[in-house]
Amino acid sequence: MNSNIAIEMRGITKRFGKVVANDSIDLIIKKGEILSLLGENGSGKTTLMNMLAGIYQPDEGQIFAEGEPLTIRSPKDAYECGIGMIHQHYKLVDVFTAAQNIVLGLKDEKLDLKTINSKVKEICDRYSFIIDPSMKIYDMSVSQKQTVEIVKVLYRGADILILDEPTAVLTPQETEKLFTVLRNMRADGKAIVIITHKLNEVMAISDEVAVLRKGKYIGTVKTCETSPQALTDMMVGHAVTLNIDRPKYDSQFPRLKVEGLTCVDDEGITKLDGVTFTAKGGEILGVAGIAGSGQKELLESITGLYPIKQGTVDFVTDEGKEKNLVGLTPMQIRKTGVGMAFVPEDRLGMGLVGSMGMTGNMMLRSWKKGKGVFLNRKSPEELAKKVWDELEVVTPSTSFPVRRLSGGNVQKVLVGREIASLPKILMTAYPVRGLDINTSYAIYNLLTEQKMNGVSVIFVGEDLDVLLELCDRILVLCGGKVSGIVDARTATKEEIGFMMTTVGGKEAADVQ
Amino acid sequence: MSSETVNIPFVRLAKRESMDPRKVWAIRIGSIVIAILLGMLPMFITGNNPFKAYQIIISGALGKPIYIKQTIKIAIPLLGCALAIAPCFKMRFWNIGAEGQITAGAIAASYFALNWYDKVPSFVLLAIMFIAATIAGGIWGLIPAFFKAKWNTNETLFTLMMNYIIIGIVSWLQGGPWEGRKGSQIIPMFNDSARLPVVFGIHCGWIIVLVLVILMHIYMNYTKHGYEIAVIGDSENTARYAGMNVGRIMMRTMFLSGGICGIIGFIVVTGANHTLYNGVANGVGFTSITVAWLSQLNAFAMILISIMLAILTKGSNTLQTKLKVPASISDIVIGILLFCMLSCEFFINYKLIFRPRKTEIKEASV
Repeated sequence: MNSNIAIEMRGITKRFGKVVANDSIDLIIKKGEILSLLGENGSGKTTLMNMLAGIYQPDEGQIFAEGEPLTIRSPKDAYECGIGMIHQHYKLVDVFTAAQNIVLGLKDEKLDLKTINSKVKEICDRYSFIIDPSMKIYDMSVSQKQTVEIVKVLYRGADILILDEPTAVLTPQETEKLFTVLRNMRADGKAIVIITHKLNEVMAISDEVAVLRKGKYIGTVKTCETSPQALTDMMVGHAVTLNIDRPKYDSQFPRLKVEGLTCVDDEGITKLDGVTFTAKGGEILGVAGIAGSGQKELLESITGLYPIKQGTVDFVTDEGKEKNLVGLTPMQIRKTGVGMAFVPEDRLGMGLVGSMGMTGNMMLRSWKKGKGVFLNRKSPEELAKKVWDELEVVTPSTSFPVRRLSGGNVQKVLVGREIASLPKILMTAYPVRGLDINTSYAIYNLLTEQKMNGVSVIFVGEDLDVLLELCDRILVLCGGKVSGIVDARTATKEEIGFMMTTVGGKEAADVQ
Repeated sequence: MSSETVNIPFVRLAKRESMDPRKVWAIRIGSIVIAILLGMLPMFITGNNPFKAYQIIISGALGKPIYIKQTIKIAIPLLGCALAIAPCFKMRFWNIGAEGQITAGAIAASYFALNWYDKVPSFVLLAIMFIAATIAGGIWGLIPAFFKAKWNTNETLFTLMMNYIIIGIVSWLQGGPWEGRKGSQIIPMFNDSARLPVVFGIHCGWIIVLVLVILMHIYMNYTKHGYEIAVIGDSENTARYAGMNVGRIMMRTMFLSGGICGIIGFIVVTGANHTLYNGVANGVGFTSITVAWLSQLNAFAMILISIMLAILTKGSNTLQTKLKVPASISDIVIGILLFCMLSCEFFINYKLIFRPRKTEIKEASV
């Protein structure tokens, strides 16, 4: 049995500063088997696998191959140990052909196209890939690029393949093709790890499932002996009480009506698929979902930053009139008097100007105001001082570049500015990501305060415990679709976890 | 343990968080000192006394009133053009087509100088030339910005190629429609009424660029346009988020930048050359990039930097004639100076971390 083990990781710990990404993890990867590495965002799956691929080195713990201790210092070392990783973001040179990318960086290889092509063909035939070695990468679809990455790894003689969320960008048909190839490789005795958070795929492809949660190893189970429900429980864990204050606002009313909202990205992949919901004034509507389920597109399309293909977005005024927002630019939306505030996920890259001080950043909302060509600096300066004072931002002055402030203070500047605009709708994307406990609570309180002022707050979050205690209702996204909208006061973590991975949640899965 | 130490590189780079402003200036001054010392090297090699050479550079640029005037004449287009490209660079739009935009302005100005000199009074003629040059330069700058805004073309290549097109057009004019004496390949000298008046012994272009310094300072720091430019330069996404129309702002800024370059073209043909030829821009469009960078896009600092570069250029011309050193030697000296000054910014932004010595590693591991 023992000879079956390809790689064993024992007590692996990896820290980034104060954050423990992997906390003493044990993992066994077996030959001729497909292992799913399952976990929520930020549970440490990719970090763990990056240590096998030579991108990081563990701070503690040891990796063994065939019982021998192994040190992997670089991706090159990893290749020599027969480990190949296919990253989520492909690492290919666009202007090169498939063949050129496959041999890129191989020193001992004679760059003889004929030999390369025949070797590539041999690999392709063996596992039933289809690839044209002379095709340029920029002419390829996402799925073809992925094939090149896999062939590249196999060409280097990898026996252990790690695929980081391989199906995230594939269509269902392409996914099925990929799975066929993976099964062929398994039959050939390769050890395969796929990092994923899609339960149906875990069930479809893997032999074993290892679950991580918040950097800790929860356990490994055989796929045939488990169920999606059991896996979800392992993934999300038991509810933790946070004691976030949640008062109820009595006279809720519809504020934003979204119907059949559909968005497609540059590559033609559907990011939002018929999203329908109503956000109410005086409530916090939580948005839950695995990363990349359409949260970013949802907020950006409402604010006029992302093109809408289909559907309607209507703002309901205090008088009860509906104003269409589809097709308007952010400036037009602002000019029609729709009070909309947006705290984007990428704080310095979208919400703020890193090189400017607080005053310059307050101006982002007001710069156009006033007649004439000159900027009004006075009122932004006053606002900056007010935010500085009220939110206790730690900065030497209102002109100190916000890029050099700590994450929590950056967020206070951003949230402070957006709230100061007296919005009717306040949208926030991961507003507490990377913040310490105290600042997080300060932000929760600010949002609740807004809710009690009758503002419609939309809160995109990743921590289910927080969503369950802060929000009034939770909208769950799954692959761009609304998986369901639940009452946050009665819903359970398991229920939401299930909806995040399966459209419609448990009931829908049971019907299937 | 020994195998591990091999993996630590001898020196690695890390971005600095921030730096004491006094230290920043110490590094800048230090780099100039190093540049001056290194600049001595080529003079040693060619068998000249470096101290004497530096003395000649200074006295050749500033020794007599006439030298000073010549030095200032070199500085005028450099300063003006650096002002022109500053807003583009602030926006991170890499306009390296100032050379062509200057030439476009010069052509437009020359058209009126050659054809209208007897039709309108001098100051009207100059005003027309000024406006025509601004529009022509502006349009030459607008074209690449339009393509960038619509189809996201690469502005660096585009603006560069536009230079060659317009310079080719001048060559054609020189040998064709605007040729003076048949076969001369030269455009005739402008009539006196198409020449800039002289103030304090130098054509009044210096007044125009000094006014531009103040206007540009105000534009960049106190206007809505200046704010938009700064936001786009920091992050285009933030600009879109704030409701800015990035494409339109790009086109507007490039029109402005090209327009100012056009004004410089006007100044050069009417103030300095009094005619048009294909070398009218004379590399100013490229050298001014150095001026803009060295002054960190600060309009007032550009005055100092452009004068400094002008002193070097004028001084090394004198060096050539006095010490009989080849022209290339003075180019090398200028190159070394610029290299040191530009690279010091690297040391301000990054720090070097050297590998600790073996003994230190052992101590640490004990």
